[in-house]
Amino acid sequence: MKAIGIILAGGNSNRMQELSNRRAIAAMPVAGSYRCIDFVLSNMTNSHIQKVAVLTQYNSRSLHEHLNSSKWWDFGRKQGGLYVFAPTITQENGFWYRGTADAIYQNIDFLKQSHEPYVVIVSGDGVYKLDYNQVINEHMEKQADITVVTTELPENEDTSRFGLVTTDENGRITEFEEKPLNAESRKISTGIYVIRRRLLIDLLEKCMKDNNFDFVHGVLIRYKDTKNIYAYEMEGYWSNISSVDAYYRTNMDFLKKDVRDYFFKQYPDVYSKVDDLPPAKYNPNAVIKNSLISSGTIVNGTVENSIIFKKVYVGNNVTIKNSIILNDVHIGDNTYIENCIVESRDTIQSGQTLIGEEGKIRIVDEHSERYCM
Amino acid sequence: MIKKEMIAMLLAGGQGSRLGVLTSSVAKPAVGFGGKYRIIDFPLSNCINSGIDTVGVLTQYQPLRLNTHIGIGIPWDLDRNIGGVSILPPYEKSSNSEWYTGTANAIYQNLRFMEYYNPEYVLVLGGDHIYKMDYEEMLDFHKKNNADITLATIPVPWEEASRFGVVITDEEMRIREFEEKPKNPRSNLASMGIYIFTWKVLKEALITLSEQEGCDFGKHIIPYCHNRGDRVFAYEFHGYWKDVGTLGSYWAANMELIDIVPVFDLYDEIWKIYTKSDVIRPQYLAENAVINRAIIGEGTEVYGEIHNSVIGAGVVIEEGAVVRDSIIMKGTIVGKGTYVEKAIVAENVVIGENCQIGVGEERPNTWKPQIYSDGLVTVAEDSVIPDGVKIGKNTVICGGTCEDDYINGVLESGESLVKAGGVR
Repeated sequence: MKAIGIILAGGNSNRMQELSNRRAIAAMPVAGSYRCIDFVLSNMTNSHIQKVAVLTQYNSRSLHEHLNSSKWWDFGRKQGGLYVFAPTITQENGFWYRGTADAIYQNIDFLKQSHEPYVVIVSGDGVYKLDYNQVINEHMEKQADITVVTTELPENEDTSRFGLVTTDENGRITEFEEKPLNAESRKISTGIYVIRRRLLIDLLEKCMKDNNFDFVHGVLIRYKDTKNIYAYEMEGYWSNISSVDAYYRTNMDFLKKDVRDYFFKQYPDVYSKVDDLPPAKYNPNAVIKNSLISSGTIVNGTVENSIIFKKVYVGNNVTIKNSIILNDVHIGDNTYIENCIVESRDTIQSGQTLIGEEGKIRIVDEHSERYCM
Repeated sequence: MIKKEMIAMLLAGGQGSRLGVLTSSVAKPAVGFGGKYRIIDFPLSNCINSGIDTVGVLTQYQPLRLNTHIGIGIPWDLDRNIGGVSILPPYEKSSNSEWYTGTANAIYQNLRFMEYYNPEYVLVLGGDHIYKMDYEEMLDFHKKNNADITLATIPVPWEEASRFGVVITDEEMRIREFEEKPKNPRSNLASMGIYIFTWKVLKEALITLSEQEGCDFGKHIIPYCHNRGDRVFAYEFHGYWKDVGTLGSYWAANMELIDIVPVFDLYDEIWKIYTKSDVIRPQYLAENAVINRAIIGEGTEVYGEIHNSVIGAGVVIEEGAVVRDSIIMKGTIVGKGTYVEKAIVAENVVIGENCQIGVGEERPNTWKPQIYSDGLVTVAEDSVIPDGVKIGKNTVICGGTCEDDYINGVLESGESLVKAGGVR
């Protein structure tokens, strides 16, 4: 019990387009059976971090619903537990969370009343596996003040939505550039930080004095020359779903055997809330190629290169290609869907053709009535 | 003060020997069913859906799988501050320590458990049927009739009535007579082995008959109460109720689930069946996968073909493999190019490549023809089948077999292959 965890799950991104109308990014369904936040929650519990706070703000109903019990991730112990902190009005403060630093500061009592020496701060929109203890160990070895977990972005990915990091030969961060237009290095911050609890309290109080509400600006950029801020290079799959493209690609990555095996078969597991749905059912004429199908789903038509989430009904003579169908969608007969993301609890009436252009994913969010079967 | 109106006692200690090697290392209620469930999930889910939050599960034969499956009852919402699920194995006492010798004897040995909850009524259940039933409705019937005992009964086809214990009732549904497996049945109302007792009546009867050897509800307790004039009623149940006591009926009940509109609907939102699922990831169907009528559990990977089958969670069907009319349970691997027809393959079995399973002419099983019939191949859990072998019909395989166990690479129809460590 070296550390407590803080998950920043309050943010919104307009790059998520209509998808964020329904829920916070951390509650986005990922890989058929999971929600985005399951990955960091599982990392926390697998790293034996037993006391974790989730800071929520934007469109948090569905996230709160997902977190209605902490037992699925094995929190809810006598020592520690899962805390969900939405902004509240107090004697001193009537603001929403005005930024990442402010969000943590508004819950500074949580930090002050803990006794664990370290804090692991992560964002709720990452899809990865990481043992945070390894980061803490390196943090201690290097006697760092702050450790930022970094990863090397693949060549074909756009760096403009990330914070770029430059390090010296010892791994100390010398330059921190947010969302740069011209990027030279491809080493980016994953938004995972390790810091001593007392130092964090101290730095946050200073931030507030200067009306600086953002953790990256108020802490990382401001103290990069005066504090020892080190980079921890993480290996393995990392993705964050802050845009529709990234969301689509992250899901599609799970059709690759190596990604699937890494998350699903290698120790440790990723946990999620159990939904008690029956097994998936395939009726005659169902044709499925290279797709992920989740429980509670009934398939009558054709599904290719797609991710079908839970409790989806695929009607007769339906074709679904290169698409993501979110939870509890009813797809009527004779429908053709290609390059689309179909929103949760949607009903696609019979006989429609929904096609997104190549390279530009169409988000389908119909509000039609569901006919009783 | 603790007070529960009705508590349930679930008898889960039986072996279920007619399921052959499927129960070689687990009790029958723990046998997998329908892709992701275990048989006991049905009565347990019925309990919580009927508002019963205190359940004693009586275990005896091979209880380990049941213990890990039930745990503290979280999947069924039976983790309660007062009540919830309790596993009740036989235990040593200062005098008279014994195993559970009969259904009623098992309940008798747990009198103090029931007394603790101070119930008005006790529901006694078996753990070996597939059905959805609202026990609360049955309790209303019991109360309305001011009954001492109510038996759940189901109308069965007349030609099958002689396989059951049937009851003869008056027009008010009060039971006049019992007939156990009658040659010429006078009634087709079969007892389902589900009883509601008024607690005082049950307690008195159990104590009075406590010396009875192998004390059984059907043979001793209910006749005793009936003969002394207690009010014994039959509650008529209309709905799906399936005995899965034999390999043939177990196979058939699974196969019914893959009908386009199954009689037994697992997709019902109102009466959910709960289970402990340790696999939650989605299933993957590869480019060359062919699926034709099947239900498939979580996390299964299909590279080959599946026709008319029930596939559990975490199964791998390798490229070129064909599975037809079969039940494949959790964690089993079917190797490349292997053909499987009409088989029941239990959990965590490894089947090698290019095998032919369930082929050839049908011949009765030479070892236990009563159990291994219907042309089925039955494979016990944790078994291993080597590459390239051919296995006939009405066969049974149990344990880690190797090439030398198969004469010329063949296990003929009707033969059995039971390796040391897996005898049953």
